[in-house]
Amino acid sequence: MLNRITGPLKAAWKEATDSQVWSSVFRHGKPVGDRNRALVMMSNVFLHLHPIKSRKAGIKLRYTWCMGGITFFLFLVLTFTGLLLMFYYRPTVEYAYADIVDLQEHVPLGIMRELHRWGAHAMVITVWLHMLRVFMTGSYKPPREFNWGIGVVLLVLTLLLSFTGYLLPWDQLAIWAITVGSNMARATPLLGTEGPLSASLTLGDINLINAGNDARFALLGAQSVGGSTLLRFYVLHCVGLPLIAAFLMAVHFWRVRKDGGISGPM
Amino acid sequence: MLDIFKDLVNWVSGPTVLFTVTTVGLLLAFRFTAVWSRTSAKVFFVVLAVFYVASMWDPNFFLIVAKPDNIPITGVIFLVFFFTWYAMHQGIENDRRREAGEAPHEKKEGYKVWVWPDLVYTEMLAMVLLSIVLLVWSILLAAPLEQPANPADSPNPSKAPWYFLGLQEMLVYFDPWLAGVVFPTLIIVGLMAIPYIDTNPKGNGYFTFRERKVEIVIFLYGFLILWSLLVISGTFLRGPNWNFFGPYEYWDVHRVEPLLNVNVSDFFWVKLLSQPLPSGGFFAALLREWLGLILVGAYVFVLPVVMSWPREKLPKGFRWLSLRKYYEKMGPARYYIGISLFLMMMSLPIKMYLRWAFNLKYIVAFPEIFFNI
Repeated sequence: MLNRITGPLKAAWKEATDSQVWSSVFRHGKPVGDRNRALVMMSNVFLHLHPIKSRKAGIKLRYTWCMGGITFFLFLVLTFTGLLLMFYYRPTVEYAYADIVDLQEHVPLGIMRELHRWGAHAMVITVWLHMLRVFMTGSYKPPREFNWGIGVVLLVLTLLLSFTGYLLPWDQLAIWAITVGSNMARATPLLGTEGPLSASLTLGDINLINAGNDARFALLGAQSVGGSTLLRFYVLHCVGLPLIAAFLMAVHFWRVRKDGGISGPM
Repeated sequence: MLDIFKDLVNWVSGPTVLFTVTTVGLLLAFRFTAVWSRTSAKVFFVVLAVFYVASMWDPNFFLIVAKPDNIPITGVIFLVFFFTWYAMHQGIENDRRREAGEAPHEKKEGYKVWVWPDLVYTEMLAMVLLSIVLLVWSILLAAPLEQPANPADSPNPSKAPWYFLGLQEMLVYFDPWLAGVVFPTLIIVGLMAIPYIDTNPKGNGYFTFRERKVEIVIFLYGFLILWSLLVISGTFLRGPNWNFFGPYEYWDVHRVEPLLNVNVSDFFWVKLLSQPLPSGGFFAALLREWLGLILVGAYVFVLPVVMSWPREKLPKGFRWLSLRKYYEKMGPARYYIGISLFLMMMSLPIKMYLRWAFNLKYIVAFPEIFFNI
């Protein structure tokens, strides 16, 4: 299309692309022709996640459904919108709910929370569908066994990210969903007060496991969902889990390349 | 006429009927693979969409489905159906190709292309489209915000986030130490173990059904019925007190459903021997639960061994249980890990049907130490 532009626009474009600034950013010409198409993939840190060439069948939408890519894109959207939400949100019992109301009522362009929440729901779904696709194409088979395992951990991390985020609005929906979800930790074998065999962990006649130190307490930071839970979930949601997820994503993408790229018939 | 239809839908949506109908339907679809055609997909989606849209005029249906946080579940229904169909459709197409002596579709396009522009453009288009979808969704639909948190006022029903509703549904049939801790762990471990258990070299890197029948049937049964269906029914059909409500029923908080659940020990001691349950001390508890312990022990420890025997060694009528073929193909380690995980997965539907048929609560019950199965 650019080729059809003539006159002063073309001259300006040529001026811009010939400048020192342009050539310092883009180390090669337009990505037409084999040489530049290879260079563009190698000289760009983001694009170099990809190989230079790939099998046609492997990159077709009918094969990958683009689900892994969509999931990664949603992760980026959530990181960006989450960062903006952090400007306004304070994870304390006093302020949390009011800050969420402010976000929707008073902050200009107040759809960041919507983007974040709907994006999060969508990400859970796309991770499932990505797993379905990888299973149905047998892409976990050798040599990709390890990367499937990384993927399962990333699925769990996605669910945990969504779960910890669910508490933050601090409304009825939030605390009761987390209460229901975390009650089960009480029943952890050995480590929960109401779990099998936990009563057998004793020192003399002192029970080692009680409601003040069991698995659920570790999760909530208290005996019920409260201020310390909110802080704990906030830190996990904004820092801990995203860091682990980002780290594992790097491994996941790296291994896709190292295990021979997108899977295909031998 | 409309009322009869609504009553029928409510009846079909009941856990017993819904679970049975979907399971049988799925198995039939695996048997008669012609149903994964383009035409039947179109018919199916039109029927589903018409059902969905027309049902919006029912106030009870609308109340639940239109809740902002339930919108993604509507997405789950359509997307999971579509992509399951899409994968199976391509698999069966490839199987047909194979039968005609051709290579799978993916092989035909095995030649390499430049990632710029072939892949990069697709990715950019996906990003743009997804951004538009998210923006429109966010502008049209406000994120839900209920009353401020109040630890003294628990809503009825109290539900976990939607993606954990399969686990919450399991709580109906299993105690929390199983439904909330052991089974989730086994799901994660089991998923990660798949590539090491499955030694079938075929179907690596292309859609197929025939070359990987067993793997696909087991996985899709777990994915569609035991996970997705339970999430969907947990969202739309479980109301106050976790009672079941049909899609056109009003969520009546005061509806009382009698719980007459009994344990295996009750069946043996009270119903069969007309005796009180043994009580007092550790050994009395063991005596009380002996039958349940044997049943669980047989299921977990003996059944995998028995199933590894050759057919002839099994008594007549039980020969279908023999998995000798897999034992030989996979070797003992893979076989025992695989069969154990499979039996754990099947314990959910087994316990469901035991509950529905006999009101069975626990097979083994040691409430003293919170050890109930």
